[in-house]
Amino acid sequence: MKSLSRRLFTASALAFGLSLSASAQAADIELRFYYPVAVGGPITKIIDEYAAGFEKENPGIKIKPVYAGDYVQTIGKALTAVKGGDAPELAILLAADITSLVDEDAVVPVDDVIKTPADKAWVEGFYPAFMENAKLKGKTYAIPFQRSTPVLYWNKDMFKAAGLDPDKGPKDWNEMRDFAKKLTKKDASGAVTQWGIEIPSDGNSLWLFTGLTTGNGVRINNAEGTKVNFADPKVVEALQYWYDLSKVDGAQPAGLINWGTTPRDFIEGRTAMMWHTTGNLTNVKNNAKFPFGIGFLPGKTQFGAPTGGGNFYFFKGMSAEKQAAALAFVKYMTTPERAADWSTKTGYVATQPAAYETPVMKAYAADFPAAIIARDQLKYAVPEMTVHENQRVTKIANDAIQAVMTGAKPADAALKDAQAEAERVLKDFN
Amino acid sequence: MKALATLGRGVEQGAAWLLGLLWLLPLVFAVWTAFHSPAYMAHFSLTAPLTLENFKNAWQAAPFARYFLNTTLLVIGILIAQFTLCTLAAFAFARLPFIGSQVLFALVLMQLMVAPDILLLENYRAIKMLGLMDTLPGIALPYLASAFGIFLLRQTFLTIPKDLEEAARMEGCGPLGVLWRVYVPIARPVYVAYGLVSVSWHWNNFLWPLIITNSVETRPLTVGLAVFASSDQGIDWSVITAATLMTSAPLLIGFLLFQRQFVQSFVRAGIR
Amino acid sequence: MNALRLSLYGWLMVLPAAALLGLFTHIPVVESFVHSFMSTDKPKRPSRFVGLDNYDTLIADPIFWKALTNNLLYALGSVPLSIAIAMLMALFVNDKLAGRGFLRAAYFTPTILPMIAVANIWIFFFTPDYGLLEQMLKPFGLGGYNILGSNNTALLAVTIVAIWKESGFFMIFYLAALQQISPELKEAAAIEGISRFTFFRRVIFPLLMPTTLFVMVNALINAFRVVDHIFVMTGGGPNNATSVLLFRIYEVGFKYFDFGFASAMTVVLLCVLGVVALGQFFALDRKVHYQ
Repeated sequence: MKSLSRRLFTASALAFGLSLSASAQAADIELRFYYPVAVGGPITKIIDEYAAGFEKENPGIKIKPVYAGDYVQTIGKALTAVKGGDAPELAILLAADITSLVDEDAVVPVDDVIKTPADKAWVEGFYPAFMENAKLKGKTYAIPFQRSTPVLYWNKDMFKAAGLDPDKGPKDWNEMRDFAKKLTKKDASGAVTQWGIEIPSDGNSLWLFTGLTTGNGVRINNAEGTKVNFADPKVVEALQYWYDLSKVDGAQPAGLINWGTTPRDFIEGRTAMMWHTTGNLTNVKNNAKFPFGIGFLPGKTQFGAPTGGGNFYFFKGMSAEKQAAALAFVKYMTTPERAADWSTKTGYVATQPAAYETPVMKAYAADFPAAIIARDQLKYAVPEMTVHENQRVTKIANDAIQAVMTGAKPADAALKDAQAEAERVLKDFN
Repeated sequence: MKALATLGRGVEQGAAWLLGLLWLLPLVFAVWTAFHSPAYMAHFSLTAPLTLENFKNAWQAAPFARYFLNTTLLVIGILIAQFTLCTLAAFAFARLPFIGSQVLFALVLMQLMVAPDILLLENYRAIKMLGLMDTLPGIALPYLASAFGIFLLRQTFLTIPKDLEEAARMEGCGPLGVLWRVYVPIARPVYVAYGLVSVSWHWNNFLWPLIITNSVETRPLTVGLAVFASSDQGIDWSVITAATLMTSAPLLIGFLLFQRQFVQSFVRAGIR
Repeated sequence: MNALRLSLYGWLMVLPAAALLGLFTHIPVVESFVHSFMSTDKPKRPSRFVGLDNYDTLIADPIFWKALTNNLLYALGSVPLSIAIAMLMALFVNDKLAGRGFLRAAYFTPTILPMIAVANIWIFFFTPDYGLLEQMLKPFGLGGYNILGSNNTALLAVTIVAIWKESGFFMIFYLAALQQISPELKEAAAIEGISRFTFFRRVIFPLLMPTTLFVMVNALINAFRVVDHIFVMTGGGPNNATSVLLFRIYEVGFKYFDFGFASAMTVVLLCVLGVVALGQFFALDRKVHYQ
């Protein structure tokens, strides 16, 4: 009796043990994936969908998206986790944060993760404009995912009323200035009722300013991310041009222009033109009661625009098995079909030429040609400023731009001060 | 003289109403925008059609149901802990002449000056060390022992005549029994007033939860609301106002229903 | 024996609150000082003692000085005005005016609305051209202001929002105080033929003095910790015109992860609050006697 119960016990323990180890095997590789958005809502639903689709195709791998707040909060949380020895496997973080991630020793180069020539071809399939700040010191650290770029929006009705061709946006600085003046309207008392143009200048002023500097044929940082070029005469000229649109021409509101309210200004017909992200296309399309056009950002000597947005990063400390799984997931997320689907659903620019050859994208572009403008502008685009201590140096530049736009400092002095300040911050890296 | 007084009264009446309307204007605007389509936001017209679309959009923009739950749990948890901790401490300070009580009380009062919000760097480290990042207790912990609560209750307990204690003592109550049977019931208005202040403060607290939380399971309403503030697509006031009304509705309704009692509690609590 | 037991009882009852206060107020205060003399922990350079380095950086940092000045202006603007408005509100509501229930609610509601959301509504008020303020100014031939986008007016705008938010809360304290003033005083004054203004100046105002001090201290503390709306309305801009100490601490601490530098700023903030505390201590001692 006794032995029987003991045998039973042993047997059941064995069975239990077996089932445990079996489930441990099936309990798969889990990949934690930080994604920079604070809420559920439409975007997270798409991400959840993709993750579920991947899990279905790849049994044995579980994707756990962590929605950790905006970009700044997400990198903060990722770095904290790294320090605590609890790093996620994957994260989408600002492309421009590459230096911080490498400096904090948090990520592995993509080159170490990819294995086959096919993988290599995949990495080479993205737009060069997006890959530029995915690389540092000759190594690739990131895979583009959600990337954006600003474009010029104009109100066709207002163009007609001002005697301009409603189908053509301004092609360079002179024309933009000229159009803006013609489009500015005042009432009897001299108060402006309609502005010619609005280029938002609060918050991250530097992003749109990079459009102006690139259009003037100048880069504001070096590829290594160790030097900035704020005091260059061409940078000063670009800032002066921006300021003069308000101060000299009176075609743009004085003081800082709010990024958040600018689309509303455009929709309400308070401004005839605006610079804003392509991410706003759907919003303007749904709310504007007038036909509107989309065009490249005009430059002085050439077209030019910044790119922004987030890339995939692989974190340090993964087993080889996990790395392979993470790679599989990132590849799944960036197939041309998925990139096209993502772009049409969110307004982000699809990250590779192949995406524009997909039926989904073709149909979307036929219905909404503006989507193609953003792609075509990529030829002229440069990455947003990417240097070491990026947040800090960006803030220095933003402060200088804001000081000028609010009339507190002249452009040359403000940028000279900013250059000195940035050099101080970057001295450890030179 | 009498005419002058009447005139003065009229002016006062007018000024009071003007101030009231001015103060209410943001709320009026919020109600207007939330119930109309975005096209009417900057155009006021009485015939504009009403809509609930904005509320629908706001509700779908974030897992608000979960955020409501988080905030509710947080606020109730904090309230219960504050009542318990502050009552015990206040009673000891008021009625038990223990060694070192004066020094300790001075140390408690220090927190009146240095609110936990100021110390967010160090409190962040502390919460991380305790392994409470991204948990509701992590959000609540720095606020549980409230100097304001201890101070308020101590002042109230001090005004309660000692004779009342005697009766309870006679029946064989210990200090805790006396506290529960005599002091707490008399101090009820203070609890109401303090509770309301605490609830509305923590319902609306933003910066600290922003730093501590990083998942939907712990984020309170305010952090969820902040998403609307930092949108790439520009500000959509229709959805923001709807979300604002939605998230503050429980407090607003609660206050409108109980405002008389609320003010009375303050008066009786003798907070001045 | 009995005294000892009571003492033990007392300690036990205070202990939970005291432990938490120590953990989240007193130790952090000390730690702030300690960390302000340490460099920030980096993977290649762990935290070490750097003496006054962080304070040198602080003194050389124009944004810190700007934030400190802004914060003092913010306090100077919001404290007296919110006190005056709160007192006025309480007087209005305490008098038997028509619709006082409505007025009381109207004054108080800002207190219970979340600042983070309300700030967005205020952005609309201050928006150039079609914002509510501009629409109201237009009939008078005024307008064309870019309030949040100009160096001179942005700080004023965030101060106004703070006043709007807080006055109603302070009103409650005044109301409580007013209701405890004996109505006979007023009757006596009426019989004597004293004007209402004189009565207020000579009788009510002095009687409200303890409340005013209490409110003032709270308003001062709030001027250093109420920053939620700045995140939404200006992000500290334009060119740091609305950056205040706590906002800057957040920026340096949680955006640049420079904890050493942020700790040094926390110490400065603690010192400012210490000065407020001393001021209160002497003022309270002289002018007011708490029960």
